[in-house]
Amino acid sequence: MHIDFSPEDLAFRDEVRTFIAENYPAELRGKQDEGDELSKEDFLSWHRVLHKKGWVAPAWPVEYGGTGWTPTQRFIFSEETARADCIRLMPFGLSMVGPVIYTFGTPEQKAKFLPRILSGEDWWCQGYSEPGAGSDLASLRTKAERDGDHYVVNGQKTWTTMAQHADWGFFLVRTNPDVKQQEGISFLLIDMKSPGIEVRPIITLGGEHEVNEVFLDNVRVPIENRVYEEDKGWTCAKFLLAHERTGIAGVAGSKRGIEKIKEIATTEMDGERALLANPFFRRKVAELEMDLTALEYTELRTLAGEAAGKGPGPESSVLKIKGSEIQQRITELALEAAGHYGAPYFRGFGEGDNEHPIGPDWAHRTAPSYFNVRKTTIYGGSNEVQRGIIAKMVLGL
Amino acid sequence: MDLSFTETQGMLRETLARFLADTYDIESRKKMLTRPEGRDPGIWKAIATELGLTCAPFAEEHGGMGGGAIENMIMMEEFGKVIAIEPWLQTVVIGGGALKHAGGALAEATIPAIISGDCVIAFAYAEPQGRYNLADIGTTAKADGAGYVLNGHKGVVYAAPWATHLLVTARTGGGRRDRAGVELFLIEANRPGITRRDYPTVDGFMASEVYFENVAIPGEALLTGGIDLIERVVDEATVAVCAEASGIARTMVNSTVEYTKQRKQFGQPIGKFQVLQHRMSDMFVEAEQVSSMALMGTLKLDEAPEARKAAVSMAKAKVGKSLKFVGQNAIQTHGGIGITMELAIGHYFKRGTMIEGQFGSIDHHLDRFEALTYPA
Repeated sequence: MHIDFSPEDLAFRDEVRTFIAENYPAELRGKQDEGDELSKEDFLSWHRVLHKKGWVAPAWPVEYGGTGWTPTQRFIFSEETARADCIRLMPFGLSMVGPVIYTFGTPEQKAKFLPRILSGEDWWCQGYSEPGAGSDLASLRTKAERDGDHYVVNGQKTWTTMAQHADWGFFLVRTNPDVKQQEGISFLLIDMKSPGIEVRPIITLGGEHEVNEVFLDNVRVPIENRVYEEDKGWTCAKFLLAHERTGIAGVAGSKRGIEKIKEIATTEMDGERALLANPFFRRKVAELEMDLTALEYTELRTLAGEAAGKGPGPESSVLKIKGSEIQQRITELALEAAGHYGAPYFRGFGEGDNEHPIGPDWAHRTAPSYFNVRKTTIYGGSNEVQRGIIAKMVLGL
Repeated sequence: MDLSFTETQGMLRETLARFLADTYDIESRKKMLTRPEGRDPGIWKAIATELGLTCAPFAEEHGGMGGGAIENMIMMEEFGKVIAIEPWLQTVVIGGGALKHAGGALAEATIPAIISGDCVIAFAYAEPQGRYNLADIGTTAKADGAGYVLNGHKGVVYAAPWATHLLVTARTGGGRRDRAGVELFLIEANRPGITRRDYPTVDGFMASEVYFENVAIPGEALLTGGIDLIERVVDEATVAVCAEASGIARTMVNSTVEYTKQRKQFGQPIGKFQVLQHRMSDMFVEAEQVSSMALMGTLKLDEAPEARKAAVSMAKAKVGKSLKFVGQNAIQTHGGIGITMELAIGHYFKRGTMIEGQFGSIDHHLDRFEALTYPA
């Protein structure tokens, strides 16, 4: 047991580092530095670069387009991309529906969808939550009824992230209302350009348009677009939730977040001293680093367990709970560091206003981020749901 | 990077776990505490000779198996699971560690005696005024011919009543808190001029106030390395109690869960109540953080001193916080029975609570981490 990198690993790290330095899209970097909201094209620009290199889906099996990297190489890759402040790729295709399709899909589904997920040709969204089915996801009511070789889907989904850009969506729908809730759900792939689909924006506290409502009115979906068996969609959903939670620790991104706070608190002054020299602020940063290190080693232990053939089991709920709390504390400290300049609202400056934002460069994003990131303890199964999973699945209560 | 245990390491864990399961149920432990010496010395002898485990963390040239910190982590975790009152920390981790690092004739003579179970070491480093500053030392070692003469008072020396040897920090020069002039000596515990006041500790061990009055010791008792060696050994000990804490936290979570499945109120097992389920889930999460930090600290012990100290302090601070959370909530969830001597849980809580302060409190370690990590 050791945590040193082998010479091969170090060479790989240098290769990744060089590749990022030489290939990260300059325009995207500029927008990130300015704190601009990113467009679909921005997200896809980095996705395409990685796809061309063959690095867009490190976790996938090689036969479907994965890299075949060792767990250590995957760890290095995520460290390096976070260190270089690369944007996170949209997870809906790569981390969510992709693994469901290569695990449960038919050969035709694999051939049709997987290459387009890798290339970024299809933008995916996730049709899970409904106005009446949040934490209690299995109570969902959007229904799909058979009509010949089609399903006819009616209902409403909500909190559908980036649906405004989506070409395809994966939906949980009720195909049998007469059985136990979990046993009457199917997993459908729906073309978002189908007649009867309407996407309406929801504007969140930071002013962003990230999430949407999706209305489905007699949407016709070919039966071959159902993944796995009819009424067995919950199996796919559970698989996907466990998958979603391992990545959700967000360790590498949070490391970068703490580095940024330390940079900020070194230049921001608090009277005669740097903010980081204020013992109370510094203690909060130190405890954040400490908690993140504990999370990092919890994730490494989980990965080691996976490599030995265990999981990802319900222990991934631990990663979700701790990871999301840490992400929130980072934005909390950044906002605190901004002082007065957390208040100016960038959108208040009007379209086409290219003036330098008011206050320090980074400050105008702190409050919107703080507001936005309240989502992390709510989405992907709220942290209360995660505690319920641990109680039931791990502790046997 | 490789976080898997070897087959041998797995067998070491198995061997100790099976032995402790047979010898260390809570009622047997309670009986040990009532003996005059506060333990059953036969258990230590068995661990050393019958099971042959004391050789695990020592080099082959000293008669060991070639292991190190990982083996100590495994052992300490298992001891934690049964809150064993054995001197592994003091004898093997601290005494053995100091000897390994210092090397020389004393190491060659003493390590085999540790492995055979004949040499039991206590670490006399704390002083009444010193709190957690390892250099705040009033005990003096004055050069006298080829040897030294010791004078001073060491406080709360765990395992001293059982010890054949004392590992003592003392000042050969410099002022009260100077790093220079602090040295480490290994001496026989029965040297003329040494007196002890023995007492039990709240967590089930025996300890002593140890007084040195003109104790003549030979020059060969000096382990070269000074304060740097002492800090290294204390860091290794700190990580070892983190591993012990991992076993304790895990067991407290399991015991609490089991108790809430049995205990009925309002017509149902109290484990059915969501408020308690979520609390126990949080305890589980924190226990996982303890294990993760014990591992992190262990893996960083061979880093350069600054990086090692920062990592160890981070580990210990987090372990202290998480262990406090697990322990306090374990007691609260048990209710009244949790604050009695009757069930095991209270005894785990007591040992856990002492670990929080052992080798430095949460605040001490956060201070040290910050001082090393952030610019002044």
